[in-house]
Amino acid sequence: MTFRKITSTEDLRRISKEIRENVLISLAEAGSGHTGGSLGLADIFTTLYFNILNHDPDNPDWEDRDRLILSIGHVAPVHYATLAIAGYFPKEELLTLRKLGSRLQGHPGREHGLPGLELSAGSLGQGLSVAVGMALSGKMDNKKWRVYSIHGDGELQEGSIWEAAMSASNYKLNNLISIIDRNDLQIDGKTSDVMQLEPLADKWKSFGWNVLECNGHDHSDIIEKINQAKECKGKPTVIIAKTIMGKGVKSIENNHLWHGKTPLKQQLKDFLIQLEID
Amino acid sequence: MQKFKNKGDKPTKEGFGEGVVVIGEMNQNVIGLGADITASVGMNLFAKNFQERFFSFGIAEQNCVGVAAGLALSGKIPVFSTYGVFAALRTTDQLRISVCYNDLHVIIGGAHAGISVGPDGATHQALEDIAVMRVLPNMTVLSPCDATQTRLAVIAALEQVNGPVYIRFGRAAVPDFTFPEMEFKVGKSQLLFEGNELTIIVTGHLVWEALQAAYLLKGQGIDSRVINMHTIKPIDEQAIIKAARETGAIITAEEHQIYGGLGGAVAEVVAKNYPVPMEFIGMDDSFGESGKPEELLNKYKMTSEFIIEKAKKIIKRKLII
Ligand SMILES: [Mg+2]
Repeated sequence: MTFRKITSTEDLRRISKEIRENVLISLAEAGSGHTGGSLGLADIFTTLYFNILNHDPDNPDWEDRDRLILSIGHVAPVHYATLAIAGYFPKEELLTLRKLGSRLQGHPGREHGLPGLELSAGSLGQGLSVAVGMALSGKMDNKKWRVYSIHGDGELQEGSIWEAAMSASNYKLNNLISIIDRNDLQIDGKTSDVMQLEPLADKWKSFGWNVLECNGHDHSDIIEKINQAKECKGKPTVIIAKTIMGKGVKSIENNHLWHGKTPLKQQLKDFLIQLEID
Repeated sequence: MQKFKNKGDKPTKEGFGEGVVVIGEMNQNVIGLGADITASVGMNLFAKNFQERFFSFGIAEQNCVGVAAGLALSGKIPVFSTYGVFAALRTTDQLRISVCYNDLHVIIGGAHAGISVGPDGATHQALEDIAVMRVLPNMTVLSPCDATQTRLAVIAALEQVNGPVYIRFGRAAVPDFTFPEMEFKVGKSQLLFEGNELTIIVTGHLVWEALQAAYLLKGQGIDSRVINMHTIKPIDEQAIIKAARETGAIITAEEHQIYGGLGGAVAEVVAKNYPVPMEFIGMDDSFGESGKPEELLNKYKMTSEFIIEKAKKIIKRKLII
């Protein structure tokens, strides 16, 4: 049993818009949280959950599912909105984000029982190691499922990412596909100002990875690059996805101040209208 | 009660190594992870016996702990052992979030625990690991007293625990005196010597020292009780409260900082339930240094001689109260 895959770009775009709407509504209701990265990753989440991943919202613990590790727990709102639209839980529950007693914690916490979460995470730099452990386990047992992990570009400043990167190629984990949200921003500003990451592709290549780049807002391009990654033999793949923080709401796009800020309730209507125009 | 005899000196790390091989045989899902130094942290036997289930990750402890979490999320039972200073301190954040917050059955070996590590000096003597491990929600903390018991502790970590577990052990060859038949029940301390005038609650290598102190005190007409607190968390509150009530005085002894260690853990229970005078043996808020194990145990006042001194002091304190 697996989720029906959507191939029409038009349909995927429509779902991305619905995810963005829900991200904005849930964050406005919560009054705190991370808007910029959540909007920026909507197209990647859409592509993964509605085209790429083998998964089953009616059976979240399905043994043969592909695993998605969200290393950057702060963009939980886009993950939650995607899971709800995919059918893991009712969409109304998105309005409980960050509230006392909610299954939708500020950063994902499995112990609160939300279906579809593979990992409680939020401390940057840890998710790639966990993904390596999962991929290693899959290899040991000759499993067909793959591990996908999602990382921020700022997160790559954490040293443990590179420990994990070294080990993934050492163990030839071609069942691991990591996606970098390359928006060139982090809380304090441009990543190049906070700590230079370039030449980023060369860094990953020198760590033994297959490196691909894509437009993180072009569903077809994301699908094409992931399919290329699946064909890669003997190496893990990293896809550096060029994205725009805040994508979809023009007035806040590419503005690092929107990393950890939420729309005011009176702004919400305007933001939703901007989504319509985009 | 029986008097324990030394069956021969043996490092507790050897007990750990044997235990890991036993659980590897018991359960096919047990996976070994190494961060170099495999021989000195008791993983070399497992690596040799189960080549297809042992993975080397190089000198990268934080990654090892994250990988362990990923393996555990996929149904494996990873065992990762390294020096306690790294296992408990360098990887604290990975343990806190990836392992403990996800509540995963990961077995962590903390080698080179205590001042008896000796000549390597302060950098490699784990004296803060109990404090840091016991503060993490979901974590079980084991601190067995000799090689025989360390082997049992590893088996208990597989069979009796279903979440994260930290097992602390040392480097020096120390008296091996317990028996494989002595049941190791996680969370249940062992009464090794009966007495009613004071209680020595002790963990790790110093259990042997506490027993020697109790035998000598007995000869001098002082009846002391010795409790082996091999599980620091969950701590055996019942045994502590009973000791406070029946003996009215408690000494704790550990190769660890007093702050936050066994002493702190016992004091929390005593203060909350049945306050009695307490004395503490352990590192008094300082780093260690190089030297022979016995020289260091002596300099930092952890041997039976100092336990006896504290026993006499606490008996006087009881009279004043
Ligand atoms: Mg960024």
